[in-house]
Amino acid sequence: MSHVSVETIVGERKSQPHQLIEVLQDIQEAHGYISQEAATVVSHYLGVPLIDVYRAASFYKALSLEPRGKHVITLCTGTACHVRGSHVLLDQASSQLGMNNGGTTKDGLFTLERVNCLGACAIGPVAVLNGVYHHHMTSAKLSSVIDAVLKDEVPQAGDAAPALQYRDKDYGRRWPFGQIPKRE
Amino acid sequence: MPKINAIAELMALQERLRTGRANGGTILTVCGGTGCQANRSGAVIDALRAELERQGLSDSVTLRITGCQGFCEQGPIMVIDPSNVFYCHIEPEDVGEIVSRSVRGDEVIDRLLYTDPATGKKVQTEAEISFYRAQDRVLLSQNRQIDPCAIEDYFAIGGYSALAKVFTEHDPETVIAEVSASGLRGRGGGGFPTGRKWADCRTAPGDEKYVICNADEGDPGAYMDRSVLEGNPHAVLEGMAIGSWAVGAEQGYVYVRKEYPLAVDHTRKAITQAREYGLLGENILGSGFNFDVDVARGGGAFICGESTALMASIEGKVGEPRPKDVHTVEDGLWHRPTTLNNVETWANVPSIINNGAAWFAAKGTKDSKGTKIFALTGQVRNTGLVEVAMGTPLRKIIFDIGGGAANGRGIKAVQTGGPSGGCLPADLFDLSVDFETLKEAGSMVGSGGMVVMDEKTCMVDVAKYFLAFLLDESCGKCVPCRIGIDRMLEIVTDISEGRGRPEQIPLLEELAETVQETSLCALGKTAPNPVISTLRYFREEYMMHITEKRCPAGVCRELIEYVIDEERCTGCGVCMRACPYGAISGAKKEPHVIDPLVCKKCGICWDGCAFEAITVHSGGVPCYST
Repeated sequence: MSHVSVETIVGERKSQPHQLIEVLQDIQEAHGYISQEAATVVSHYLGVPLIDVYRAASFYKALSLEPRGKHVITLCTGTACHVRGSHVLLDQASSQLGMNNGGTTKDGLFTLERVNCLGACAIGPVAVLNGVYHHHMTSAKLSSVIDAVLKDEVPQAGDAAPALQYRDKDYGRRWPFGQIPKRE
Repeated sequence: MPKINAIAELMALQERLRTGRANGGTILTVCGGTGCQANRSGAVIDALRAELERQGLSDSVTLRITGCQGFCEQGPIMVIDPSNVFYCHIEPEDVGEIVSRSVRGDEVIDRLLYTDPATGKKVQTEAEISFYRAQDRVLLSQNRQIDPCAIEDYFAIGGYSALAKVFTEHDPETVIAEVSASGLRGRGGGGFPTGRKWADCRTAPGDEKYVICNADEGDPGAYMDRSVLEGNPHAVLEGMAIGSWAVGAEQGYVYVRKEYPLAVDHTRKAITQAREYGLLGENILGSGFNFDVDVARGGGAFICGESTALMASIEGKVGEPRPKDVHTVEDGLWHRPTTLNNVETWANVPSIINNGAAWFAAKGTKDSKGTKIFALTGQVRNTGLVEVAMGTPLRKIIFDIGGGAANGRGIKAVQTGGPSGGCLPADLFDLSVDFETLKEAGSMVGSGGMVVMDEKTCMVDVAKYFLAFLLDESCGKCVPCRIGIDRMLEIVTDISEGRGRPEQIPLLEELAETVQETSLCALGKTAPNPVISTLRYFREEYMMHITEKRCPAGVCRELIEYVIDEERCTGCGVCMRACPYGAISGAKKEPHVIDPLVCKKCGICWDGCAFEAITVHSGGVPCYST
């Protein structure tokens, strides 16, 4: 995510209300979500009432009004992936990241989202981590993909054996001892 | 890049590129479509480039990165021409050997060849592979011949000749007559005759008109539009230019899903290249015709595949459909006459103009002409894109091309047409796939998704899945769709969770009929199809859920339990560690047990067990054999 200003993103599209969806998508890409400030600026430059900016931002699934996590996991729940058991992946990722049914983790590290079809049906079930497609996913494969990210994010003392890790019930994560986060 | 100002210049350029290609020596064609990229074809391509460089072959060997070639299951795939050797499942580590043995030498590496699942034998060329052999690849064969990011490749296979031909040999009326005579019908689901749409738009009053390419392929289980746009964007642009000239428009839009980043990228590149060569812009090929195209990205709303919702979205509004008592060919984008066609429809236009209407009409059935691409997915051995003539029997697609069931379980049904279509049972597999036949059977061709389902698929769950999908995607504007789908989902959920009552079935049917008849747009009108078709063909499965509280496929969580077979369990502990809910216990090397009170029936243990020791039971009976 790059922090280009909303003004730069709007660029030459000022006073072109029909560019609303395109502009919002560019902001989403650059900032990860549509903030209140961004919506106000867009409304001002494009000449679209703020309520219509919000209406569009809440209507289209590609747009988010909440900040998304540093890592985004997208699970495809299209028909082809569904009949090949993609629901297992949702259970796996939710429990591993300690969330119910998608959303963003409390620490802002992960966002788990579902998409209705990614068009990679032949190689389903498909999971996408930060734009990289993973095919023929199983719960075990997804678990190791998520673990690999966690390993980079949570520094570990040496390569601590899994037995030495503490499994946090709230977060559903394994932390090496000595680095267990304090409760809120 | 020199601008092409006249048709003669285009022809000369095509000829030059064609001869260049004919003397080109070895060509390595590697698929770079989304499917193969997920299979690490990017790494294979990088490795190939480096290896060719290292062995000093960069100049003599052409490396062509194409869009999707369709056989995604086997990706990454590669074809070495002129010997036509087909390699599949290539790893970056194989590249050195390929270049040394098969490019420098003419050896064939056995290990990388495709194994025919029926005979168990290795086969060397595409023509010998049953998946390809039984198809009639008109559009998809172009994908294999071109790098979608190089307009020159498209020129070399005769690209933009059709546009030149309409300028010299046709006037707008004869183009429309040609398209009408070909019998081309909308490939996006509606099946409306394309020629008639163009004619209506041409005669509609108004100076400013638009053409739109609908690439908002939201149907889960369908991805042929993505592949065509990704692999052959210029065919779509050429088709749009021809259509635009015929109806009298000067501006076009490609509305493409944001979820298809590669398609967006390739379309944008294609537009830039076409502009540089003067094939988009003012006075195209010196004909005096002006036409330009812009890309609009979809925002992840399924409803925007509906024409009026799509147009609202291009206008920068939320994608809500409007009544179509006045058609979009008269009152479309910004209230101007607009011709909207699907990606595949547009891509078919250049070949119709080049080869003539009779060539196109020679394929297919009486009312459904030409070839159609289907996305064959689900529980079938060869998944991928399949292009066949209209009228091909389902059986041929699923068994001859698809190779039958993927994992030994029996095939139970095929779902065609996405959320607007229906499920057809295995005993109807002799039906021919064309617009009318499938509609009569309670399904539809739709955009061309074909999801094969086996014994492990619960039809009640499928109905529930589609209703949940449609509820999520309904824009909420009209009541029957907004409330009706919700109520239907409530009933189906009751049934799948064991609370169903027999009297709910007639109620479900009544609701389905009401939603079908009273919804505003096609999304609502077709929303009950998955319910109606599963009720029509799999009623006994619904009844089993209601009366016996049993899900024979072992899917509906409230009606099943996971059981560990003591004899088979080796006590390896994989399931115990995998269970996210801590429901499995047991000592090392002793049979493990699942605590039914803690178990959430997610099936992760079943998924991970290497010994097939975990089985699904419903109503005390095992659900399926394997």
